[in-house]
Amino acid sequence: MDNTNIAELLAKPYDPELAEKLYDPKKPMENRITDIGPPHYEQFFPPIIKKNYGKWKSHEIIQPGVIKYVSETGDVCYAVRCGSARLITTDTIREICEIADKYCEGYVRWTTRNNVEFHVTDEETLKALLDDLKGRKYPGGSYKFPVGGTGAGITNIVHTQGWVHCHTPAIDASGVVKAVMDELFDYFGSHKLPAQVRIALACCLNMCGAVHCSDIAILGIHRKPPLVEDERITGVCEIPLAVAACPLGAIKPATVEINGEKKKTVRVNENRCMFCGNCYTMCPAMPLADGEGDGIAILVGGKISNRLSAPKFSKLVIPYIPNEPPRWPSAVKAVKNILEKYAEGANKYERVGEWAERIGWERFFEVCDIPFTEKSIDDYRLAYDTYRTTTQFKWTVHTD
Amino acid sequence: MADVKKHDTPMVDDLKSGPWPSFADDIEQKGLNGKQACLDLLGQLELSYKHKETHWKHGGIVGVFGYGGGVIGRYSDSPEQFPAIAHFHTVRVNQPASKFYTSAFLRKLCEIWDHRGSGMTNFHGSTGDMVLLGTTTDQLEPIFFDLTHQMGADLGGSGSNLRTPSCCVGKARCEWACIDTQDICYNLTMTYQDELHRPAFPYKFKFKVSGCPNDCVAAIARSDCAIIGTWRDDIRIDQEAVKAYVGGELKPNAGAHSDRDWGPFDIQKEVIDLCPANCMWMEDGELKIDNRECTRCMHCINVMPEALRPGTDTGATILVGAKAPILEGAQLATLAIPFIKLNKDDDYENLKDFVDKCWDWWMEEGKNRERFGELIQRQSLQEFIRRAELKPIPQMVKEPRSNPYVFWSEDEVPGGWKRDVKEFRARHAA
Ligand code: HEM
Ligand code: HEM
Ligand code: SF4
Ligand code: SF4
Ligand code: SF4
Ligand code: SF4
Repeated sequence: MDNTNIAELLAKPYDPELAEKLYDPKKPMENRITDIGPPHYEQFFPPIIKKNYGKWKSHEIIQPGVIKYVSETGDVCYAVRCGSARLITTDTIREICEIADKYCEGYVRWTTRNNVEFHVTDEETLKALLDDLKGRKYPGGSYKFPVGGTGAGITNIVHTQGWVHCHTPAIDASGVVKAVMDELFDYFGSHKLPAQVRIALACCLNMCGAVHCSDIAILGIHRKPPLVEDERITGVCEIPLAVAACPLGAIKPATVEINGEKKKTVRVNENRCMFCGNCYTMCPAMPLADGEGDGIAILVGGKISNRLSAPKFSKLVIPYIPNEPPRWPSAVKAVKNILEKYAEGANKYERVGEWAERIGWERFFEVCDIPFTEKSIDDYRLAYDTYRTTTQFKWTVHTD
Repeated sequence: MADVKKHDTPMVDDLKSGPWPSFADDIEQKGLNGKQACLDLLGQLELSYKHKETHWKHGGIVGVFGYGGGVIGRYSDSPEQFPAIAHFHTVRVNQPASKFYTSAFLRKLCEIWDHRGSGMTNFHGSTGDMVLLGTTTDQLEPIFFDLTHQMGADLGGSGSNLRTPSCCVGKARCEWACIDTQDICYNLTMTYQDELHRPAFPYKFKFKVSGCPNDCVAAIARSDCAIIGTWRDDIRIDQEAVKAYVGGELKPNAGAHSDRDWGPFDIQKEVIDLCPANCMWMEDGELKIDNRECTRCMHCINVMPEALRPGTDTGATILVGAKAPILEGAQLATLAIPFIKLNKDDDYENLKDFVDKCWDWWMEEGKNRERFGELIQRQSLQEFIRRAELKPIPQMVKEPRSNPYVFWSEDEVPGGWKRDVKEFRARHAA
């Protein structure tokens, strides 16, 4: 198939019975098209983008969520950025298509952080589009397409699956994100922070989102060691794999007697467990989830951009906040508190981590009024790199 | 209205209020329009909110013929209560590079998904794919046939294979793109279709392509091979525009700070003093840069986009081995190649040469579920340098080692290691 031009293909109406005609389970290779890869990107570029590819000269955020691009050719393009829940239905995608058809010649784009972007080329259409977007709401009153996510504010929260689709989460994802963004909504549509603040959420330590380098990271953690289903384990996984799964060697093979029969299984040295869940990833008979034990850890000060200081990891400052569905008030409050203290104290252009390093982490804990506990001291590999080996430190409440 | 059953979901319903787009409301509307799976999903989510535990089982292995990835099996642990989501597999569809779409493409995808799945999606998954959430095993082949025959689309990666590569918006909209991110992303995706669809690696492997060191796709934190645009000549300066910033006619940082009064723009304080390389100064009303000292952090360019632009001798910096903490702790990518010219006309041969060397080593030496970065840690950066046939340069480390425990090899020492202890003792009494 010609993958560079699928316009013809798309022009045909969807045939819901075609697949059944083409696919024969007895001859699976018949009519099979494989390894064609994604459609070529260029055919999805709006004409203004195609024409000015590689020729953009400059840009300006003319209002939160609206970026004006100027090309060497003199052409102008406005990108309008809207928040989205990421977890969206085909009905919402169709509505996006309708907007794209009405204002953008049928083109639309998504950003890395799950925002939707509409492109227009004149101010009149821009205004009409913005007015239109403002009026679109779900029945419960939430905006379908809030405009923002640019500049020194908060953009969409990169997040994972949570209780909506995954088997290993310690927390929900979409619900926590909704609760946090409702509270921080004002920062999505404004530029009043010292620099951009990237928030991310991952619902377990696998971290399918890039939370380990975020200004503020919300991370789901387990706190109870895995259960072991002795009756089931040999049926669903191989013991050596389960043993090898543990990075701390906390899992050992064992034999138990069930109904007078000897059965192979494993035992967990519970005092060694760091609740990473890797055993459950490898072995379904070792579940960790626990309503009382699981919850949220907050890490701060990571970044990805190479601007000013090098990219850095987020650091654990709040080891545990309980799960409080549906709105997770304690977690939301903790995130907002850190954000507001940062907004008060940081210099222009300074990211959360740069601010914390400048004032010192001891001062960070003091300013944010977060209790420092031994949980924030590293005891994993390379922990020593984080210990202080100088007489230089600041006087804070901790030394009084 | 179709015959559907809504569960009692008071906690989930609470998430319909508030300004941020509500997934709960969206899904409920879809359900009331006739998709029982949507209502069952909200019902099961309510149950999770009550128990504070997930109700999905450990996934089973499902897929389409000939592919080892692209589908993730998922089953509810409460199928009697929520029969419409008893089987709820995910299909990952490879996104077009940088995620531009036409409504014609999206509408057809919606039709397929309403016909064969739950109507729920993630736009997009964290690796970049369009994620179709929730279908049954018997629909997988038809979905794949629909995608390939009626849309010209294909599945993305999952499992121990190449994951779907992704890139930033690049030259499509950004004046700072030093490389053609879309073309590189597309080219790698097409070259490595086999690696993407048929797991043969020790673990997953990700490419991410960012056009400049701002790294909008987080390549340095999330990819085994990060390709990040850079330049090696001089930052282009428009001195008139510099004056306009100093004079307050142009807004610093393209207006990113517009809702707070930070006082008048101060080029000394906001640019020159913050430059991490201390390589800028004003002279006779002109901005000067000692480009040899510049580390290309992008700050000055970000602050004064009308005045400063990356140079024109552009290429990429390649860094390898980033990953999330599981298992050995998180790693940022390590600098491997400081500068490589990326040339569309030779099909990026030099980049692929490098990738092949990395993969040869990893496939030979990598342990099961060992990410590329972990292999480098286990066998050393030196071993990586040897296997990738690179030259050790100071740019690869933050500082030289502080311990003297060097692994000298025998051939580096005159006379080798074979010695006669008797001869030694002839010189030295015991
Ligand atoms: C011409 C200017 C720029 C363009 C066109 C641009 C484009 C983008 C886009 C489209 C995104 C995804 C945004 C979203 O999904 O909400 C993004 C994200 C990002 N941008 Fe930029 N950007 C620009 C300037 C900058 C600057 C000045 C910085 C840093 C100082 C930066 C660093 C980042 C980072 C770190 C991300 C987030 C990546 C992630 O975590 O997914 N970008 N950029
Ligand atoms: C050992 C580490 C990891 C394991 C075991 C793991 C496992 C999983 C599992 C089981 C799912 C399925 C969730 C569902 O049922 O929908 C998933 C989803 C996903 N994971 Fe991971 N994951 C790991 C790390 C990562 C990382 C580091 C990334 C990306 C940087 C990633 C990207 C994704 C993506 C794109 C999805 C699809 C849904 C989404 O976007 O949230 N995974 N992962
Ligand atoms: S972060 Fe963990 S729980 Fe969340 S989607 Fe990824 S593997 Fe599943
Ligand atoms: S949770 Fe992690 S540390 Fe604990 S037993 Fe399982 S693999 Fe080992
Ligand atoms: S990474 Fe650089 S080139 Fe790519 S969109 Fe971001 S700022 Fe532009
Ligand atoms: S790019 Fe960064 S290092 Fe280079 S001159 Fe500008 S501020 Fe200084």
